[in-house]
Amino acid sequence: MILTVIAGGTLFTLMGKNPLEAIRVIFLDPIFNDTVASYTRPQILVKAAPLVMIALGLSYGFRANIWNIGAEGQYIIGALAGASVGLALYPSEAFWLLPLMGLAGIVGGLVWALIPALLKIYFRTNEILVSLMLVYVAINLLSGLVTGILRSPIGFNFPESRSFHALASTHNDELIAGTGMHFGVFFMLGLVIFCYWILKRHIFGFQVTLSGQAPRAAKFAGINPNLMIVLCLGISGSLAGLAGLLEVTGPAGKLTTTFPVGYGFTAIIVAFLGRLHPLGILLAGLLMAITYIGGELAQFMIGLPAAAILVFQGMLLFFLLATDILVNFRMRWNTQSKNRSRIARPS
Amino acid sequence: MARRSCRASATILDPDVQVTVMTNTKNGNDITLQLDAMSKSFPGVKACDDISFAIESGEIHALLGENGAGKSTLVKMIYGLLRPDSGSMKFNSKPFTPEDPRTARAQGVAMVFQHFSLFDALSVAENMLLSVENEPISGISDKILSLSELYGLTLSPDQIVGNLSAGEQQRVEIVRCLLQKPQLLIMDEPTSVLTQFETEKLFHTLRQLVSEGIAVLYISHKLEEVRHLCDRATILRGGKVIDTCLPAEETAFSLATMMVGSEIVAPVRKQISLGQQCFRISGLGVASQTQFDTALVDINLSIRKGEILGIAGIAGNGQDELMLAISGESRSSTGEIWLEDQRIDGETTNERRRRGLVFAPEQRNGHAASIDMTLIENALLTASVRKSLTRNGIVDWDSTTRFAEEIVDQFDVRMPGVKHAARALSGGNLQKFLIGREILQAPKMLVVNQPTWGVDANAANAIRQALINMAGEGAAVLLISQDLDELLEIADKICVIHAGILSEPLSPETTSRAEFGLLMTGTENSHSVS
Repeated sequence: MILTVIAGGTLFTLMGKNPLEAIRVIFLDPIFNDTVASYTRPQILVKAAPLVMIALGLSYGFRANIWNIGAEGQYIIGALAGASVGLALYPSEAFWLLPLMGLAGIVGGLVWALIPALLKIYFRTNEILVSLMLVYVAINLLSGLVTGILRSPIGFNFPESRSFHALASTHNDELIAGTGMHFGVFFMLGLVIFCYWILKRHIFGFQVTLSGQAPRAAKFAGINPNLMIVLCLGISGSLAGLAGLLEVTGPAGKLTTTFPVGYGFTAIIVAFLGRLHPLGILLAGLLMAITYIGGELAQFMIGLPAAAILVFQGMLLFFLLATDILVNFRMRWNTQSKNRSRIARPS
Repeated sequence: MARRSCRASATILDPDVQVTVMTNTKNGNDITLQLDAMSKSFPGVKACDDISFAIESGEIHALLGENGAGKSTLVKMIYGLLRPDSGSMKFNSKPFTPEDPRTARAQGVAMVFQHFSLFDALSVAENMLLSVENEPISGISDKILSLSELYGLTLSPDQIVGNLSAGEQQRVEIVRCLLQKPQLLIMDEPTSVLTQFETEKLFHTLRQLVSEGIAVLYISHKLEEVRHLCDRATILRGGKVIDTCLPAEETAFSLATMMVGSEIVAPVRKQISLGQQCFRISGLGVASQTQFDTALVDINLSIRKGEILGIAGIAGNGQDELMLAISGESRSSTGEIWLEDQRIDGETTNERRRRGLVFAPEQRNGHAASIDMTLIENALLTASVRKSLTRNGIVDWDSTTRFAEEIVDQFDVRMPGVKHAARALSGGNLQKFLIGREILQAPKMLVVNQPTWGVDANAANAIRQALINMAGEGAAVLLISQDLDELLEIADKICVIHAGILSEPLSPETTSRAEFGLLMTGTENSHSVS
C-alpha cells in the first residue's frame, strides 16, 4: 500500500501534478470532503458491490487453485441474459420480473463459467485461457446483440437497449433515497457474512482450502476434484452474472457497448488484495471503490487522466504480489565468479 | 532386513580389514574432520549443543541418534547448508568454514542424501556432468566406467536414470561423489532403499574406500548394520554427544539405550485367535497410467479379523497402486474388493470409510495430511465420516478439537498444540498422529503403507504396538512395508509384491529372509544371493 502511494505519487509528480494533493483527492476526499461526501460515500458502496460480489465468487476458485480469469465475461453474459428476459417480457409490470431477471443473470454467468469447467474436466484444457478467451466472445456477443435484436426501437439507432429504469418492474432502484444504494449493496453485505460462515464453519470451505493446499490429500479426504472445478467455477460465474444483472438494471440502466468497464478483472485484484478472505475482500473492494470514485474526483478536480488511475490500480496489485514474494523469499545477489559456466545443480 | 544382512556381510568381509582399521584408529590416524564445540539453535530448540568429536581418515564413523537428535543439522553444517552459531571445524588440520555446498565439495566433502537428487529423464553421464565442476564432457563416460569398475559399482553411463533401481541410483550418487575425489564421504541412511544384496555390495564399496584413506560419516537407524560396518560410532541425543564408542563392542540393545536414553520397549505380539474373513480382493488388476507407475496383475488376498497381513516389496513394485485401488482414490481397477459381505470396489473413498475401511498412506505431507493446516483440520480430513464431525455440512469444530486432542493424548504426540500447523511436528510425531487418527475411528480394517518410514525408534515401536493392539481387538490390518524386519516382527502372514504381482501368503516362521529377498527382487538376482 505504502509503496503504491509512493510510486503513484512519483508518477503524478512526473505528470506535473502535486502528488500529495492527488493522493488526497483519490483516497481521502471521497470520504472526508464535506462538499462531495454525501454523494461519494454511498457511491463507494455502490461501486464496491459488483467488485466484492465477483471477488467473493472468485476467491473460492483461487483458494482451490482453479483460476477463473474470465469473470468479466460471466458478468457481461449475466447482464445480457437477465436483460434479455426483461426485454422479452416488455412491457410487463409484474413484480416477479426483476427476480426472474436476477435468476436469468445467475444462470447466464453460470453457463458461461461452466464452459471452461467442462472443457477442463473432459479435455484437460487450461481454464485460465478458456475463461479469458470467453471474455472476448462475451464482449462481441454483447456488441452484436445491442446493435441487433436488443436495440431499442425508440433509441434513434444508437447501439443500446431500452432503459430498465423506465419500468419499475425492471428497475433495480435505490433502496435509500438519494444515495443510489441499490439492492446489490445489501446483497453484498449479506454475502460477505455468508461467505465468512462457509469458510469458517462449513465443510465446503474446508474442502476448497484443502484442494488448494494439498490436492492429493483432498482426494484422500474423499473430495471429487472434478466436482470442485464445477462448484468453484460455477459459484464465481453465478455471482459475476448476478452482479452484471444488478449493474445493468441499476446504475448502468441499459445495455450498451460500453457497459463492460472491467469489474471482472478488477475483482481479481480485489480478491488477492483481500487475501481471499471474505472480510478482507470487503475491505479491498471498498478501497478499490475509493480509488474509482477518487479517480473520478481527481479527473475533474485536478485534471488527472483516467489512464493514470488505471495505472495506479495496477500498481496496487503489482506491489502486493511483489511484497508477498519478498516476505516469503530472501533476495540474494549472486557473487559467484562469472567465468564458470553456471549449470543448474540438483542438490 | 538389517539383522540378517549384516550377519551375512560380516562373513563376506575379510576379517583382516577390520582388524587393521581398528588398530589404525587406536594408533591415532590422521584426523580428517575435527568438530569443536559446534552449536546451532533454531527458534525454540537447540538442535546442536556443544558437539565435539573427530572423524579420522580411513574409518567409517557412524552418527547415531533418534529423529530430532541433531544429526541432520550437524551434517548440514559440515556440508555447508547451515552455518553454526558457535564452534569451529578443522578439515585436515586447516580451519573449515564452508559457505555453501559448493565450497564444501571443493575442499573434499561429498554427501549422498537419503533422497536422491537426480534427474530421472537424463542419462547417468548427463546427471554427473550437471554436478561436477571443471570436468571435460568428452572424458566423463570413461571416467565413470573406470571408477565404477574400480569400486564394483556397475553402471552404464548411457542409461536413463529414471529406469534404474534405487540401488543403481545410489551408485550414480556415489560415483558422482567419487568423481570429486572426496576425503570425507557423508552417507545419510544409505540402506533404507536397498535390498539385502545391494546392501552387501554397498558395504564392500565403503570398506574399499576407507582402505584408501577416505573417511566415511555414516548416518543410520539400523543398529546391527552399524555394529558390523562401522569402526566407531558417535551417539547424539537431544543435540548433545552422549558417547563415542566402538560399536563392535556394544550390542544393538546398548546402542539403542544410549540413543533413546531409556530402555526401548519392543512391541509385544500376543497370541490371538483369528476370526472370520474380513476383507478379500480377487482378481484385482490396474493398468499403468504413465510410464512411471506399475501395473497390478491379478492380485488376490484375504484377511481375517484380528490378522495382520504384511506386504513386502521394494519401492515402486505396485504398493502405491494397490493402496490407491483399495482406498478408492483410483477407481480404474478391474476385479473385486469385498469388505465382509459387501462388495465395495465401486464405492468412493468416503463410502468405504463409512463401512469401516480406513487408510494411512505412505506420504505424510500432502497426502495423508496437509501440513499447512492445523492438527484439528487434519483430524477432520479423514475422520469426518466415521466420527460424525459434520452435520448437514456444518463442521462441529468443538468435537473435532476434542477428537484431535484425544489422538494427541492416546498416541503420545508431542507438539506445541492442536491449533498449530502440522508442519510444526517432527515426522515421528506427525505419523503417530496420523495413525492414531485412523485407529481411533474404530475401523473394521486399516490399510497402512510404510507406517514407520523416517520415524525414530521409539515412535516406530509405539506405532507397531498400536497396530498389534488394534488387531488384538479384532480389526484386520493390511501392512504394506519395505522394512522386512518390521513385517517379520508383527505380521502373521507376509505376501511379497514384485512388478505388480503378489505372491501367495508366506509364514514368517517357516520362510527365511533369503527366500523373501529372492521374491522381492524377482528371479533375475537369484544367482547372486546364495
